[in-house]
Amino acid sequence: MTYQADQVLDCSGLSCPMPVIKTSKAIKTIEIGQILKMIATDPGSQADMEAWSRQTGNEMLASLKEGDKFVYFIKRSK
Amino acid sequence: MKSDPNAPKRLAMIASKGTLDWAYPPLILASAAGAMGWEVGIFFTFYGLPLLLKDLKPKVSPLGNPAMPMKMPFGSQSFQGINWPIPTLAMALPGFNDLTTTLMKQTFKNKGVASIPELRDACLEMDVNMIACQMTMDVFGFKKEDFIEQCTVGGAATFLEYAADADVQLFI
Repeated sequence: MTYQADQVLDCSGLSCPMPVIKTSKAIKTIEIGQILKMIATDPGSQADMEAWSRQTGNEMLASLKEGDKFVYFIKRSK
Repeated sequence: MKSDPNAPKRLAMIASKGTLDWAYPPLILASAAGAMGWEVGIFFTFYGLPLLLKDLKPKVSPLGNPAMPMKMPFGSQSFQGINWPIPTLAMALPGFNDLTTTLMKQTFKNKGVASIPELRDACLEMDVNMIACQMTMDVFGFKKEDFIEQCTVGGAATFLEYAADADVQLFI
């Protein structure tokens, strides 16, 4: 399942903790209710993005694996 | 019990080591916690204090780090997989620390790991509270103006008061 993203952030090639840091910056640039699509290649980002979502309260709509990429759809909730 | 139950989560860390390898854990954790909306404070003491210097150039030595893998960041995959058996005496040769530092920086860069200055900048951008240990400054002869201007200066009581209200406390 995919969503219509309002903004796309590519974190391919970046290691922990950069995907989380860049996501936290990017989410602040969209409106509440809008969707951020984040792409990463770091396998650790799967667990990290779930934790980030729980800690910040922004909703993880989908966490997908497409080939060697990890794709996340996150809704800014607050 | 936290003095303000509505306050955001807080991470309090002591950074006591300033080599390239040991600079990573506190800065990675601080920037990740900042990204999760936590309040973060790091108390830089003893050998961790130079991480606050304006000109930040941490180095690493394999001496005293017996578990450090000695691998090359270039060449074929199988060449990069070799763990070189370097005699301890060779590690003490002049220039060996610079060589190890260069190789470690290159390996980290190849793997997409941010540099120490980049991570420190990310922490500062997220308002991580950086506290320089006054006693260590006096002992090693550092002045406040040697450090980045965002840091504050404090002592054991300053850190303990901050840490008493923290959800996570780490000594690194």
